[in-house]
Amino acid sequence: MALLQIKELTHSFGGLTAVDDFNLELGENETVGLIGPNGAGKTTVFNLVCGLYKPSQGVIAFNGTSLVGRRPHAITSLGIGRTFQNIRLWNELSVLDNLRIAHFSQIRYGILDSFLFTAKLREEEREVTEEARELLKLFNLEGSEKELPRNLPYGLQRRVEICRALVMKPRLLLLDEPAAGMNPGEISGLMDLVRWVREQFQVTVWIIEHQMRVIMGICDRIKVIDFGRTIAAGTPEEIRNDPKVIEAYLGEEVA
Amino acid sequence: MKRYSMLLVYAFFFAITVLPSWLGLYDQYIQFVMTLIGINIVLTISLNLINGYMGEFSVGHAAFMGVGAYVASIITVRLFSDSSFFGAPLLSPKLAIFGFPLALIVGGIAAALFSLLVAVPSFRTRGDYLAIITLAVNFIFKSLVENINAVGGPRGFMGMGKVTNAMGDVIDLPWVMLWTFLAVVVTIVIVRNFVSSTMGKGIVAIREDEIASELMTVDTRRLKVIAFMLGCGLAGVAGGLHGHTISFINPSSYFILQSTIMLVMVYLGGMGSISGSVISAIGFTILLELLKPLDVLRWVAIPLLLILLMLFRPTGIMGNRELPDVFPWLRKYFTSTEEIVSHGSATD
Repeated sequence: MALLQIKELTHSFGGLTAVDDFNLELGENETVGLIGPNGAGKTTVFNLVCGLYKPSQGVIAFNGTSLVGRRPHAITSLGIGRTFQNIRLWNELSVLDNLRIAHFSQIRYGILDSFLFTAKLREEEREVTEEARELLKLFNLEGSEKELPRNLPYGLQRRVEICRALVMKPRLLLLDEPAAGMNPGEISGLMDLVRWVREQFQVTVWIIEHQMRVIMGICDRIKVIDFGRTIAAGTPEEIRNDPKVIEAYLGEEVA
Repeated sequence: MKRYSMLLVYAFFFAITVLPSWLGLYDQYIQFVMTLIGINIVLTISLNLINGYMGEFSVGHAAFMGVGAYVASIITVRLFSDSSFFGAPLLSPKLAIFGFPLALIVGGIAAALFSLLVAVPSFRTRGDYLAIITLAVNFIFKSLVENINAVGGPRGFMGMGKVTNAMGDVIDLPWVMLWTFLAVVVTIVIVRNFVSSTMGKGIVAIREDEIASELMTVDTRRLKVIAFMLGCGLAGVAGGLHGHTISFINPSSYFILQSTIMLVMVYLGGMGSISGSVISAIGFTILLELLKPLDVLRWVAIPLLLILLMLFRPTGIMGNRELPDVFPWLRKYFTSTEEIVSHGSATD
């Protein structure tokens, strides 16, 4: 069974059809790219999966569970982690707190425990902190745990965001333009990081990216959309040579 | 010893407030002002939870204080005192020493339930809606109580003085002050614990970025309702204490002016700072009393101070920092909640 199954997904904002008949199946532990020109509806697809928008039509199922109509926190708690095009860390909270809060749905203690700081809460908070610190260590971020995210360099903020998504113990990781604003050196680092995350955490990575180097370098499969419609799908090699893709990106050749 | 240092602070404040009052070292007026300070500390912290930590904007907090004041007062007067409203008491007035704290708690619960009426519809929407809805609720509360003749309507409700006197007759203690002191301690402990837990920090995450919070698995709707109910419930307890301190309450005591005073104390102390709330509640209550000779002009002077505050120190006295952030040497003597959650129990 596919990890994520999307069938005939359609979404309109008023009269504008942002996503039109989108179909995709994601298996375990693969890396799939979603590309397309600006405004093609890529982020809208992510937002539909996460429940920020309710699809006009179509089926989205994660691990056999339908996601349509669920609230976002309930969807992501099932094991869908995500990062954002424009980094959305909580800037007034330390890096460590950013990670701990992503643990929210896994909290076992109750509200009264949090009022009274019971032994149950202390024990669990210690575990959560321990877990977050280990993750930071794996990402070479242990020195930044007390920093506020806004004081970190851009590349590190991206790492923290991926790290935070992994606290949710996802099986599917949605990366929305992780290389945006990075220099070539940072991009190479990012590609290594994504490959490593996929291996280390055994996640399926679904990535939106404009940097073709990233997409071609790490994806097993690529899907191309334009104006909400799928115009091509296949391996990096097939996509690279697809005339429809070239047309969408570079415009139609003048005869 | 570190783990007992907070207890020592509470003991110190007990020793300079409740204890001398009991021994008769303070006159009635000083005791009255001290009790008001305690009530204002509870109110400020409870509103800070909503406006400071969570970043919502409640401007009608007095309504919840009023619900607590009326509910607790009606209960004690009905049960323990002979009044023009209900006639003879249902129980012996002597039992008030036990009934009073229970009435405060019921008042708090009533305020929390009343807040649910606001929270559920308004938190479905975002942003400024809560401000408008809480403002409306403050009006609704006032009009509603004004139209209930059984509790005096606009003329107000009284009889709590008899109840507190009856308690004093059983054991000669400054009862209202004692319970105010305990309410302050409980408020500080609960709110500090809550905002230090991973669950409670979710409200700060909501303030920073609500959509990101929701996507990072935080059940934002439920958490917002919990924090709002906690804040309003504490305000209800403070209201009950207030009613028994001034012994006469009317609907306009819990209207926009009172809501504004609470907002001023929160901003003066600093959004998202418990120690700031305590400092500002103490300072502002004393200031209000000192400026009493100005009479109506007081309400010219105080807003002027607020304007100056916003011009020269918009973050308030403490900003979002706590005392140990400002005076790091305090860390040697006090265990921070961060130490507890990351290293286990305090290392003393």
